[in-house]
Amino acid sequence: MRDDYTATIGIECHVQLKTVTKLFSAVGNDAREAPPNTLVSHIDFGLPGALPVLNKEAVHLAMRAAFALGSEPQKFSKFDRKHYFYPDLPLGYQITQFDEPIILGGSITVDVDGQQKTIGITRAHLEADAGKSTHPAGPGKSDYSLVDLNRAGTPLLEIVSEPDMHAAAEAKAYAHELYLRMKYADVSEANLYYGNMRFDVNVSVSKNMDLGTRTETKNINSFRAVEKVVEYEINRQIEVLEAGGQIDQETRGWDDAKLKTFSQRSKEDAHDYRYFPDPDLPPVVLNQEYIEEVRAEMPVLPDEFRALFSEIGLDSKTSSDLLAVPSTAARVKRVYEAADASHAKRVAFWLLQGQKATDASIEEGNSTTEPSDTISDEKYLTVSRMVADNKLSSTTAKELLTALRTSTANPETLAGELNLIQESNEDALITIVDRVLADNAKAAEDVKNGEMKAIGFLVGQVMKASQGKANPGLAQQLIKRQLGLS
Amino acid sequence: MSSVWMSVTKIASKVQAGELKATELVEQSLAMIAEKDEYRAIIATTSERARSRATEIDAKVANGETVGVLAGVPFIAKDNFLVFGAETTAASNILKGFDAPYQSTAVERLEAAGAICVAKANLDAFAHGSSTENSDFMVTKNPVDPTRVPGGSSGGSAAAVVLDLAPFALGTDTGGSIRLPASFCGAVGYKPTYGLVSRSGVVAMASSTDVIGPLTRTVEDAAVVMSVMAGKDRLDSTTIDSTPAEFLELTGELKGKKVGVIKEYMSEGLDAGVRARIEAAIAKMEEAGALVSEISLPSLPLALAAYYIICPAEVSSNLSRYDGQRYGYTYTEAENLSESFSKSRSIGFGKEAKRRIMIGTYVLSSGYYDAYYKKAQTVRTKLIQEFQGAFEQFDFLVGPVAPTPAFKIGENTADPLQMYLTDIMTVAVSLAGIPAVSIPAGLSDGLPVGLQIMAAQRKDKELLSVAQATGELLV
Repeated sequence: MRDDYTATIGIECHVQLKTVTKLFSAVGNDAREAPPNTLVSHIDFGLPGALPVLNKEAVHLAMRAAFALGSEPQKFSKFDRKHYFYPDLPLGYQITQFDEPIILGGSITVDVDGQQKTIGITRAHLEADAGKSTHPAGPGKSDYSLVDLNRAGTPLLEIVSEPDMHAAAEAKAYAHELYLRMKYADVSEANLYYGNMRFDVNVSVSKNMDLGTRTETKNINSFRAVEKVVEYEINRQIEVLEAGGQIDQETRGWDDAKLKTFSQRSKEDAHDYRYFPDPDLPPVVLNQEYIEEVRAEMPVLPDEFRALFSEIGLDSKTSSDLLAVPSTAARVKRVYEAADASHAKRVAFWLLQGQKATDASIEEGNSTTEPSDTISDEKYLTVSRMVADNKLSSTTAKELLTALRTSTANPETLAGELNLIQESNEDALITIVDRVLADNAKAAEDVKNGEMKAIGFLVGQVMKASQGKANPGLAQQLIKRQLGLS
Repeated sequence: MSSVWMSVTKIASKVQAGELKATELVEQSLAMIAEKDEYRAIIATTSERARSRATEIDAKVANGETVGVLAGVPFIAKDNFLVFGAETTAASNILKGFDAPYQSTAVERLEAAGAICVAKANLDAFAHGSSTENSDFMVTKNPVDPTRVPGGSSGGSAAAVVLDLAPFALGTDTGGSIRLPASFCGAVGYKPTYGLVSRSGVVAMASSTDVIGPLTRTVEDAAVVMSVMAGKDRLDSTTIDSTPAEFLELTGELKGKKVGVIKEYMSEGLDAGVRARIEAAIAKMEEAGALVSEISLPSLPLALAAYYIICPAEVSSNLSRYDGQRYGYTYTEAENLSESFSKSRSIGFGKEAKRRIMIGTYVLSSGYYDAYYKKAQTVRTKLIQEFQGAFEQFDFLVGPVAPTPAFKIGENTADPLQMYLTDIMTVAVSLAGIPAVSIPAGLSDGLPVGLQIMAAQRKDKELLSVAQATGELLV
């Protein structure tokens, strides 16, 4: 029966913009560590006579987001008021963009199990966040709630997708790609742990061409949960329909412990928000010159990196691993441009090994800081060249890189000091080879008689005698030559 | 108009010269306020702060410092301006007890020029009204006839000026709230071009038409006060750039100016006494060389209806922040959140505020938005265009401020619609965002009548010039 249904999924994502100050006031925007109600201006508090003044940088970041979403900023957009009463909304209305948002249209393409899938962007608009309400539970605590207005007025960009997704994996891929693009466009800290990106997931199922009734599950803050919500809702809705019931258009929440959605608010409770243009804010009018200026300053975006990594010859798994950390991706690109694909590839693998430990949190968008790497591009390239010139083995190269992290010396000097340079000098090596052959006559005889697997043992002995510095390839060549096999 | 006060410029220059003390001026003003208390023009004084500011100014003068173009000049602010030194209530119970933690930009600029706020004037609560009878606290009496209203909503400010409580007062004009009380009391009331003075720190009524302006005895004083207050403010993104020079050194030339008499404002229904004063004033302008003819703006009869949709729509939104949760009146017996909101607001707001919240909420509701709000905005656009067309033919437009002189206290309170009709000749100017001034044009049966002069946007200096010249003819 499940196969008879088609699921339709659309996602709204609230992206917190990384401005220094709030969307409409001159107080700090980073509420992470601030004590409650310490980042509150007269407008955030809703004082009489307080007026909003638009933060230019928020508009700038929204313009960057437009390009990152395969769109362009609108030359004309405006702000509207959306009315409802709640203690964490001091003005009694949210300032948002209703019918003329700063971004209209756009699309992003994601890879789902090797299939390319394009998902349309309907629109994206700027709006001010509300404050945070907490409702303490427990004895004596049920009769009050707490409001923290630090977050009130934080600039958000709400990105609305077309209902173009039909499976949980697509929804997850979309959410993740959105995250990467916001991160690469440098418009948001994009830290999911701190709620810098929150997803509202709309799901409906239908047996025919008509769309079914949808539910909206709000405030999801991990890619995995986006996937789980979609899976859960598809199953739940099909079960309800198969049992002869009907789906209520409602807002649902997500219980991350029970892995279940639950009903929060039905359509009957829906507000009439009474939108109208905010008379305190002139429309945002962007001229072509400024739009072009922002287009020109756009950094390299994930798609461009993917093309480059594929040119280098990296597979898609490696490519997406590299993209998880923008500084890593950028370094691989720089090494490629400074040298060639083989060096870039080698450095890429080193970098990926370096960031393995933090992979999980980076992948889920929860990493607070990027792994810091003190080694310069030049040093990485030098080490890579030493490997290419057979001066380092892959093992000694890694040792050298580890040592370089705590040293200011140049790689050649440090490799010398640490005695890591591979012995590629035939004259020096031949003495060792001769001694090994003499000490291991039986094995030497076996090799001579065509038992080539014994040669591995002899190479091992040479490596041991040289304290790991012998170039293993050269050692093998010399063994064969001394035994008259080549 | 004879007065105990000299012009603001003269007062300031005497203070600067050490011939007058700011402390004496403040005491004089406070004494007048106490003496004329029966008119109920003042909600509260800021005496303590005023005295200490005056002392500072006198000390600076003694020190040989320059103290500003309004040094030592006392003034009275309508109580919807956030001012230090007294509560800011907007004459509403819901804001009773609210001490402003910041000051309005207009007051900050006046203080920077040395002016001293001595008191807060009464108004219709939240500036909703045309008679100052909607104040939650008291009814201000007309200084000329205490049985009549002073007009509104800046009734306290207009009365204060006419009663000589201070050299000037501040008002706000959203649909006529400066011009109407100026006309009813016999003061000069100047409503500048929208955006010339910052609205920051002024309790909002209808943001798209709210302007700040002075009530004075002379046009010259209005120009000086305006030159100090006007100019772009980073706290109000609807402000426009201007320089003090745009308001000063009025030329006062009437000869050759093209003056259009608005036909719709001179039609039947206009009080005969008012008509006589306005026609006499226009005749004097013509004698002085103005080229006078009639003009019709056909959409004017729609202005009042459009205004009483747009204004309540914005009011309903702007008053949402008064929810009893953070400051002002809170209903403390609430059982739950919803009750806290509804009781705080239903007890805190007066009748007229509730009426406008209801109308505004209705016209913005889904299903009614297009029929009311959107249509009203269409009318507004049409009005703007008609005014633009008129100012291609005329330098100024003239007419009365209101169809009647000041009416009796209580005469219109039972009929809100009749009260709204008082605004019929002032709201169009507000919707168009153009400047206008009301100057005294003599008495009708002993009651003041104001002549309204209007100009194109940003033609404020020209407007004040012609108002000054005309005012001299009408003395």
